[in-house]
Amino acid sequence: MIEFHSVTKRFPDGTLAVDDFSLVLPSHKTTVFVGTSGSGKTTLLRMINRMVDPTSGSIDIDGDDIGTLEPVKLRRGIGYVMQNSGLLPHRRVIDNVATVPMLRGMPKKKAREEALALLDTVGLDRTLADRYPSQLSGGQQQRVGVARGLAVNPNILLMDEPFGAVDPIVRAELQQELLRLQQELGKTVVFVTHDIDEAFLLGDQVVILRTGGKVAQVGSPAEILANPVDEFVATFVGADRGKRSLHVENHGDGDIVVDETGRLAGVLVDAGSSGHSSAASSESKAGPRGPGASAQGGDSR
Amino acid sequence: MTFLLETLAWLVDPANWVGSGGIPTRLAQHLLFTLVTLVVASVIAVPIGFLIGHTGRGRGLAVATSGAFRAIPTLGLLTLVALWVGIGLNAPYVALTILAIPPILAGAYTGFEAIDRKIVDAARAVGMSEAQIVLRVEVPLGLPLLIGGIRSAALQVVATATLAAYIADFGLGRYLFAGLRTRDYGEMLGGSILVILLAIVLEGAFALVQKLVVPRGVTAGLPTDIRDGSSRSRPVMEPTIEEGNSHVHST
Repeated sequence: MIEFHSVTKRFPDGTLAVDDFSLVLPSHKTTVFVGTSGSGKTTLLRMINRMVDPTSGSIDIDGDDIGTLEPVKLRRGIGYVMQNSGLLPHRRVIDNVATVPMLRGMPKKKAREEALALLDTVGLDRTLADRYPSQLSGGQQQRVGVARGLAVNPNILLMDEPFGAVDPIVRAELQQELLRLQQELGKTVVFVTHDIDEAFLLGDQVVILRTGGKVAQVGSPAEILANPVDEFVATFVGADRGKRSLHVENHGDGDIVVDETGRLAGVLVDAGSSGHSSAASSESKAGPRGPGASAQGGDSR
Repeated sequence: MTFLLETLAWLVDPANWVGSGGIPTRLAQHLLFTLVTLVVASVIAVPIGFLIGHTGRGRGLAVATSGAFRAIPTLGLLTLVALWVGIGLNAPYVALTILAIPPILAGAYTGFEAIDRKIVDAARAVGMSEAQIVLRVEVPLGLPLLIGGIRSAALQVVATATLAAYIADFGLGRYLFAGLRTRDYGEMLGGSILVILLAIVLEGAFALVQKLVVPRGVTAGLPTDIRDGSSRSRPVMEPTIEEGNSHVHST
């Protein structure tokens, strides 16, 4: 569990990035910080592994104030995945994944073995292990980044716009992979994005931020969609433009779901066969997401 | 035309290839002097350059100081130091070390600065200590530019090291000063040619080193490198696994 206690961050140039922010991020759940640029979402994320220290307030992880912990040690226990993967260009894929376990003193051979297993976990072929990051596609690099983040089997995984730089098709695929992984591993995931659809897809708890790190609304995707607290949130999620108000029209060929602007959003299908419908994805989130909930959780470490 | 003939005659005269004043000895002296100067200058400049590059602080000061150093006329400095420490090799060592520091310093910190900040940030975020960031990320990635700096310093030092003979019986410069005094232009030109050849050899050697220290992952992935990559290690170059079917392996 991660707790923010009235955290404020003012940068030396005077910018107020985060203003009196308090929140509990429950364990084994995904919390998504979503907001426009300048909303302090990345700053909030980076305060969890002390890449940024708060100006005032404190952050507790499982009851321990992280301000009292040594930053390097703290970071080695927290998975971190960033945009553009942030892989070391001069090291092979396998060595990138094995980096942090080796920093923690794991023998090279064991670290490499575990790294290979992690490539399986994130859905990468083992033959890619000896390549350099520049020889991989953007999506593959991002998977390696996730594998590196998971390498020390951390309880917490920080993800800073990890899918922001890949094309929409690969992004959708990586999102589904993350949902699958999360079902298997049950990490406490903190995810930053500016894409509200991504936030609703991945988040158990979604935090909508406005400029200056102020919370506009916290809640499950369903709560936020059903009851946007104010104009800002309604605009942000697209409710004000009618994007979220769907109704069914019968076109003869079948039931078509249409939004207020008249744009066709999809078709109405039975819940039983709705596995690939985007409209159903938020519904499936209501199901259990904890560790062991999945029937195919055999790969969890 | 006579100059060239005289030069050629001087260069092939067996008498000039033996003894303590012979070409091999002076060539060795000259080379050793250059290398020692580069080592001393590197010991001073590289740590400072790394510190500037890593912290991003003190760059303005370094640029200003380097600029000032570069503007110092080496012959004047040499004379000044010689008046202070006396005749011998100490004065040329000091003067040429000062000449060599600015390019090496610039190579060291620009090497670090040229690294994508996101890579350094990620290294820190996954838990590398500052020393580990420097040694395992910044040094390997910044090395080619540092070697470039040393290469440029080497060229300046090997040419300017002729001045060492101004106050000591040392190096290839001796032929220039001796030839100038006796108006033996063949000897002068011969000495110059030797310095030029040594400079070219050093330049080639450093160019090679600079190429060799580029980390493989940095050049890998460029289209031309694809074939090189497969010959180096077995499984590297299988066709790209498509995103779509890659998660088959996970179940």
